[in-house]
Amino acid sequence: MIRFEPRENVPPLLRLGAPVAAAIAALALAALPIMAAGAPVLDAYALMAKGAFGSLFAFSELLARATPLVLTGLAAALAFRARLWNIGGEGQLYAGALAAVAVGSGALALPPLLMVPAVVVAGALAGGLLMLVPALLKVRLGADEVVTTLLLNFIVLLFVQMMLEGPMKDPMGMGWPQSEPMLEEATLPKLMARMRVHAGLLIALVAALVVHVLLKRTVWGFEIRAVGENQDAARHAGIPVTATFLRVALMSGALAGLAGVGEVAGLKGYLTADLSPGFGYAGIVVAMLAGLSPLGVVVAALFIAGVFVGADSMSRAIGVSNYLADLVVATSLIAVLVSGLFVRYRVRLVRRGQGGSAA
Amino acid sequence: MIEILDILASPNFWAAALRIATPLIFGVLGALLCERAGVLNLGIEGIFTAGAMAGWMAAWLGAGLWGGVAVAALAGAGFGLLHAVLTVPLGLSQHVSGIGVTLFATSLSYYAYRTALPDVTSPPRITAFQPLDIPLLSDLPFIGTVLSQQTALTYLALAMVVVVGFVLYRTPLGLAIRAVGDNPSAVEAQGLSVTVLRMATIVAGSALMALGGAFLTMSAFDAFFFGMVNGRGWICIALTVFASWRPGKALIGALLFGAFDAFQVRLQTEVGAFVPGQVFLMLPYLLSIAALVVVARKADYPRAMLKPYFKGQR
Repeated sequence: MIRFEPRENVPPLLRLGAPVAAAIAALALAALPIMAAGAPVLDAYALMAKGAFGSLFAFSELLARATPLVLTGLAAALAFRARLWNIGGEGQLYAGALAAVAVGSGALALPPLLMVPAVVVAGALAGGLLMLVPALLKVRLGADEVVTTLLLNFIVLLFVQMMLEGPMKDPMGMGWPQSEPMLEEATLPKLMARMRVHAGLLIALVAALVVHVLLKRTVWGFEIRAVGENQDAARHAGIPVTATFLRVALMSGALAGLAGVGEVAGLKGYLTADLSPGFGYAGIVVAMLAGLSPLGVVVAALFIAGVFVGADSMSRAIGVSNYLADLVVATSLIAVLVSGLFVRYRVRLVRRGQGGSAA
Repeated sequence: MIEILDILASPNFWAAALRIATPLIFGVLGALLCERAGVLNLGIEGIFTAGAMAGWMAAWLGAGLWGGVAVAALAGAGFGLLHAVLTVPLGLSQHVSGIGVTLFATSLSYYAYRTALPDVTSPPRITAFQPLDIPLLSDLPFIGTVLSQQTALTYLALAMVVVVGFVLYRTPLGLAIRAVGDNPSAVEAQGLSVTVLRMATIVAGSALMALGGAFLTMSAFDAFFFGMVNGRGWICIALTVFASWRPGKALIGALLFGAFDAFQVRLQTEVGAFVPGQVFLMLPYLLSIAALVVVARKADYPRAMLKPYFKGQR
């Protein structure tokens, strides 16, 4: 019989090692679907590694892909810390992107120096306000935020499509449903010549630092952690639980909104309805791999970005479907969930009848 | 106003409503079973996708339509077992595990489809379930016209409402399932295993969810498309709360939802020229949120829902 005994002290090495082991396990398990596709397994892995790290260009692609994942990962990590289940990162990302385009594609005449800050603030605000809706429905009316944030993802995407086929459609876009391009001065600068990695990465890294300090060093951070650990105890201790939820919702939504800003203002230059290949959902995996630690999110985002970029490149080379990347991402979420068990508990094999009922 | 009444009085309208409601009936029944046993199953969206893909694929490979339905149910049961293992004996977060199962089931289905059919541009079609004419039933006025336009899977969904209702309220097994979601230590005191009861219920509920997916590819349409589930699973989770975890109310909720959806399709043909199509497509999701908000305050969640249970615990 297997018994789980709670650990009193978790060795720090185990805490760090468990998600790494989960990521490696998820990558290793990908051998099965690669084999099922009839492709050479070792070649596929080599091609994935080359596609993610093999050249300066590959590395730039990796960083560009990691940028939105850091931000949606932070959005999920911060919300989950307070046990606010924000599964709406995808919708908040699109809301941020839509607001960024609305401000940055010529509708607003601002001095060039103010343009980028205005775009960034608009995107963050749109994401934050969007997340405020399910948070208010939760604290005021008791409606479960998991379902409302999930359903809002579909509503926002339809709204974006409506805007792109209607009032925000680019008249010069040859009939394609896409927005007008961002103005030159509203665009985030590229970090390297002829590479796609852009200043959104710096925003993402600063955001990770800010969330880290917020959680570790501020009263708000303490309140967020207290609410997440035990909502009732926090309320009894006089912590403003409702205000904390609303604050977290605003900040979490804003972070996901910033991911959308980066994608339109840094990478694509205009908005289409297929801007995100599921960055909002992948952000949940990033947050869980990071153990909800803001600095860990950066590392986890690099891993997930590597899987996406590597699988894309491998898929082009030998034709294994790039849904393999989504499969690895999903597997690593399940693996890290299980690995968490080994962090919190010592697993013992006990012979039947031996100290059984004392548990 | 007269026009609305005309629409509501037409059997064809209710036939469409019942068709739209069918996958939701399967989904809500599956979700309410899991939740009655105390476990939220957010794997539903992925399980729908897996059921849709696996059922269609089996039928396309020559297993026959009912063979496809069986394969879909098995696929659902498999992913349900995964969620059950993660959440019941291991006691991991039901939210995160469910999202994990959805991501896993969805990506595995898409990967399998792409791997089996690498180069197709238009999805291959099967011969889907045809409307089933049951002699005496279809002679009934009104109801007969509504039912005679439905396929066998809709009849199966209606039968499952009765079966799930009977099992939950009229059998010792149902009593145990309901108790395990309300007061698991009492169940254990009776000498029953909380773990086995919960896991078996999740597996059965997930198989039902997968039938909802199978309906999409084998009755509503005759092919598999990426993204075709399109949030139906999440809508079922909202409708489960709306139905206060009762099979009869689940049928009513799904039918109301189907009626609303069928109505907006008619409306679209009337005023579609003035209102963008996306507004109509948003309505089902908005309605689901509204349904959830309306009942949220008085929703009577199974008391042990979301709470893992370990042997010997009080």
